[in-house]
Amino acid sequence: MTALTVPARPEEDDASLRPVPWRRMAGVTWRQHRFALLGVVTLLGALAVYLWMVGLQLHRAYAAAIACHPAGSPACQDLVNTFNGMDTFLANGVIWQALPVLIGAFVGAPVLARELETGTYRYAWTQGFGRWRWTLGKLVPLAIAVTAATGAFGALLSWLYQPYFATGHQALGLSETSPFNTGLFDLREVAFPAWTLAAFAIGALAGMLIRRVVPAIAATLVVYAGLAFTAGLFLRERYLTPLLTTKLTMPGSAWIISQWWTKGGTTLSQSTMHQVMDPVFQRLMPAVPPDQVHLYKLPTFLDTERYLTQHGYTYWTSYQPGSRFWPFQWIEGGWLLALSALLIAATIWLVRRRAA
Amino acid sequence: MNIIETSGLGKRYGGTWALRECTLAIPDGRVTALVGPNGAGKSTLLNLAVGLSAPSAGEVSVLDGRPAGSPAALDGIAFVAQDTPLYKNLSVADMLYVTRSLNRRFDQPYAQARLDELGIPPKRRAGKLSGGQQAQLALTLALARRPRLLVLDEPVAMLDPVARHDFMATVLTAMAADGVSVLLSSHVLAELERVTGYLILLSRGRVHLAGDVDALLASHRVLTGPAADVDRYAGRPVVHAGRAEAQAHLLVQATADDPVPPGWTARAASLEELALAYLREPGAVALHGTLPPGHDRGAEKSEVTK
Repeated sequence: MTALTVPARPEEDDASLRPVPWRRMAGVTWRQHRFALLGVVTLLGALAVYLWMVGLQLHRAYAAAIACHPAGSPACQDLVNTFNGMDTFLANGVIWQALPVLIGAFVGAPVLARELETGTYRYAWTQGFGRWRWTLGKLVPLAIAVTAATGAFGALLSWLYQPYFATGHQALGLSETSPFNTGLFDLREVAFPAWTLAAFAIGALAGMLIRRVVPAIAATLVVYAGLAFTAGLFLRERYLTPLLTTKLTMPGSAWIISQWWTKGGTTLSQSTMHQVMDPVFQRLMPAVPPDQVHLYKLPTFLDTERYLTQHGYTYWTSYQPGSRFWPFQWIEGGWLLALSALLIAATIWLVRRRAA
Repeated sequence: MNIIETSGLGKRYGGTWALRECTLAIPDGRVTALVGPNGAGKSTLLNLAVGLSAPSAGEVSVLDGRPAGSPAALDGIAFVAQDTPLYKNLSVADMLYVTRSLNRRFDQPYAQARLDELGIPPKRRAGKLSGGQQAQLALTLALARRPRLLVLDEPVAMLDPVARHDFMATVLTAMAADGVSVLLSSHVLAELERVTGYLILLSRGRVHLAGDVDALLASHRVLTGPAADVDRYAGRPVVHAGRAEAQAHLLVQATADDPVPPGWTARAASLEELALAYLREPGAVALHGTLPPGHDRGAEKSEVTK
């Protein structure tokens, strides 16, 4: 083996020891995570093309249905039925719920877990860049990348679901969907990327704590599911104090939190109300053949409620109006962003103090 | 200058001390071998020195007082961890790119010339290289950082004899050309005997011997005589007595000038004999060792013999 001469080491001046510039981390991060990032972009891109095609059909069907005259004619009813028949994607909004956590977990959890599992952290954390800077320089660009990609995808989902949130077509028999609808609210352009970011941050911390890729991903799914259910079932309705109304009919965009009857200032229990309402309902229900009863139930029920309100009863509804949709999106996006920043900071703190 | 200084350094995992009461001052400009059986605390000491882990007790500084793991310390130390971890799915060229990006200095021409010489293709993925090539790549990346101290954890344990030789040749070439100091750990001394300038013996988490190799060899002799006379030997302190049939071999703390008792013959000890003798007798007093103040050898001996 021939000796290869090593040139003399440049003089060092420790006083002027400047850290390695941050921008150099970009290329390192890209080289190490390009497959994960390209995978995310490919997956979202393929889904986006599909959603675009489905969305165009949906929008066309909706436009055709609302442009139809006269409303109620058999031809128009056909168009409305065509539009309503395309609601599989509305019903399957649940499918898209899994996307943020899948992307977040599969990109976020391996960042530290793979280094710790394969032992490469001993290489990475002994380079001149410094380990907490290395961690920050990796997590932040990756977080921004997944947030941006899912933000664009959330905008596409918002566009797709647009026809369902449009108002004022009761005459056509098109019912309006509340934008707060669980399963749709967190697919919109603020909440969707925010949840992805949270999943990424949970994954990064889980990877640091668990130190193995697959268990870290599994833990991320579990923690994320818990957080998403808590937010959807308990937290979201409390973002702003609900409004109260005594109206009997609410616009479809409103998110009804709870409803109850009072009389003379006291709240009446459900069983009490049953005893009060049932005789009225029986009296108001017209005599119709049994096969048509279901057509008359709802109108009769409304008549019953109206009758009771004219006789000293009050029907209270606490609700979040549709106009609060954007404030709610930003509140949810805000606390998820704060949580993610906290989790990433905790991850970096653990890397910094970690005793190998 | 000392490349590493420790005082009362200890590391505990749970309730077990992997390293304790370690006080050392390792001089620069040579190969320092950290030798001891598996589980002696070698990797623990190296991880503390390169800043991968934090001490549970005591202090460690590197390169004349830089705190281990500080930016200034990381800048001057290149570490090749055990089993030479590399990003298996990155190409050799990408590994060069990543290492260059993560350090203030990186000698790209040196690294490329070195890989050419080794016949390592730049486009091959690191995980597809042979074990010897992976070790050489990791070493090349470390040397191209132009460190003042190169730390190698069990560098040759997984290599075949040819790869071992090539690996050590690269290390020694860099030392000669660049003056880089080397600290390496190994559970065998045999292959390192020629190159080692400073020896540290570790066993059960404690330093048993630390000293300049020339001084150690000059102050130890092997005496050979009749086995029956061992108990009557009353010369210089015996580190270890070994018997082979009728003959006894004593490793004693003596110089070439010390008189040899009648019936005994004396010769120089090899470094490996010396290391083995001390590792077999953890209670032996180390002449050149840097022992922590108040270190109770007697207590330790009784603990060991339990």
